[in-house]
Amino acid sequence: MASTKKTEVGAAPDPAASLRRQRVRWGEKLIFVVLVLCALVSVVTTIGIVVALVSPTIDFFQQVPIWRFFSTEEWAPTFEPAMFGVWPVVVGTFNVTFWALVIAVPCGLGAAIFMSEYASERVRKVVKPTLEVLEGIPTVAYGFFALTFVTPLLRDNWPSFLGEPPGIFSAGSAGIVLGIMIIPTVASIAEDAMHSVPNSLRQGAYALGSTKRQVALKVVVPAALSGIVAAFVLGISRAVGETMVVLLAAGNTPNLTISPVESIQTMTAFIANTATGDIGVGTLKYNTIFAVGSLLFIITFTMNYFAARVVRRYREAYD
Amino acid sequence: MDEQPDKTSTADPAAEPAVAPPPAPAPEPVAAPGPGAPSAEVLKAEQLSVYYGPKLAVQGVDMTIPTNNIVALIGPSGCGKSTILRCYNRMNDLVKTARIEGKVLYHGADLYSSHVDPVEVRKHIGMVFQQPNPFPKSIYDNIAFGPRVLRMKVDMDEVVERCLHQAALWDEVKDRLKQSALGLSGGQQQRLCIARALATSPDVLLMDEPCSALDPVATARIEDLMQELRKLYTIVIVTHNMQQAIRVADRTAFFTVEVPSDGDRYGVLAEFGDTDQVFNNPIDERTKRYVSGEFG
Repeated sequence: MASTKKTEVGAAPDPAASLRRQRVRWGEKLIFVVLVLCALVSVVTTIGIVVALVSPTIDFFQQVPIWRFFSTEEWAPTFEPAMFGVWPVVVGTFNVTFWALVIAVPCGLGAAIFMSEYASERVRKVVKPTLEVLEGIPTVAYGFFALTFVTPLLRDNWPSFLGEPPGIFSAGSAGIVLGIMIIPTVASIAEDAMHSVPNSLRQGAYALGSTKRQVALKVVVPAALSGIVAAFVLGISRAVGETMVVLLAAGNTPNLTISPVESIQTMTAFIANTATGDIGVGTLKYNTIFAVGSLLFIITFTMNYFAARVVRRYREAYD
Repeated sequence: MDEQPDKTSTADPAAEPAVAPPPAPAPEPVAAPGPGAPSAEVLKAEQLSVYYGPKLAVQGVDMTIPTNNIVALIGPSGCGKSTILRCYNRMNDLVKTARIEGKVLYHGADLYSSHVDPVEVRKHIGMVFQQPNPFPKSIYDNIAFGPRVLRMKVDMDEVVERCLHQAALWDEVKDRLKQSALGLSGGQQQRLCIARALATSPDVLLMDEPCSALDPVATARIEDLMQELRKLYTIVIVTHNMQQAIRVADRTAFFTVEVPSDGDRYGVLAEFGDTDQVFNNPIDERTKRYVSGEFG
């Protein structure tokens, strides 16, 4: 005991020796590895999804020629005889997305302009987090909202000059609710873009005798335009990929139409509806799901890619 | 200038002499008086105090700004010179907590009277800021912005050319009017902002440290430009640079900071007179110490 103590005391006076590495800090290394793994999870998952999609998709196109997939108009892959014209579900997806945008573009932009330009700092600090909390509402809740509230509302109050009222299941009802659902996403990102427009531009416009409305619409919105566009593209991506609302409210009838009053089926709804437990791995039905999934993946990936590019361009403008 | 049937709103070829802006609410003389106009008082502050919330920022300023003069506001940081400048075009209205006491008269009319529209005030009294702040639009659209939002019935091409000439920028940009203003250099951007302010045919030009973001060459160009503009406009300039005040200003106002023993500091106007007198023969002791470089 005494001797150990002595060596420690003896070592202390040598300043150079005290700098020497005493031990390896394993904790630091561990943290580093854990953090890298965390970052890799989403990347690896994305790659995994692509890999998982590719093989059944290739199998599918060996059984069904690609021209039949894209050039015929009947979608009934689970029936006899099976039909593989994908357009009805693609158009169904865009039908619903279109009606979602009819709602989300004006409302999202309006909400963003209000929060960025008109609301006082106090109101903004309450409204914006609230709006972002809305993003967390489960989509199945929106689905039931569409089915049990919006659809009856539309059916009961349908003006006769618009023709036949929507059925129990309709693209329009699902689209409207989808639009409401993406308003928070759109408004929040668009507001970020507008809020980051330098105040000096607003002041410059006011100094030229602009009114508040002119400052908002002629300076702030144009200056934030690419950020606003990106907000809409991300909103569209969300609408295209959404499943529960369309599954519940839009019906499940593949239907090549852009009418809001008819029942349709979207790509996501087809997948969710077909991917049940009794489906045999490797069957044509099974592969069909992956073919549609691949197409959906390509569509949303392309849109996100362009959104990211627009956002990057927008960043260059002011940084 | 040819007379065409004018279509109000935006864009181009509505024609009319560029000088006549729409009528203002107060009975004020409009447009820029020519060089020969009588040396009237354009702006006059009477016992002007500004508060931000409960806090006093500047107290009791009395200052008269004559026509076709360049008046420099100088003083140490926090003395309220920019605050006073922003009272003249009611830009302080944009700060929710800001409040004024006293009067600001524009050709005898109280700018803060309840029936005065701040939007109209800013049409007559233009402003150039510390940082060049061109809109991310084309050079042409930057100049056209003011007349368009004010729905002025003017020949826009003519206005753009005139303002760019006045701001000594025409020769540099005449071939790229449709290109983005953000591609210009800092000095060019600042001259563009001056041109933009001139496009609404103001009477007064307020400049808030317009050269502080510029290099000496660009600064010299702006100062030359001010001497030209002085023939047509009245200019009030805030500057940190005393040499600049000496070079450009006819009259100089020196603001300083009062530090009461029992409260927050606030700005006061210490001395206002001919530039020559303020710098060479200051009456106020604080001015003397400041201009001789003892503090600030």
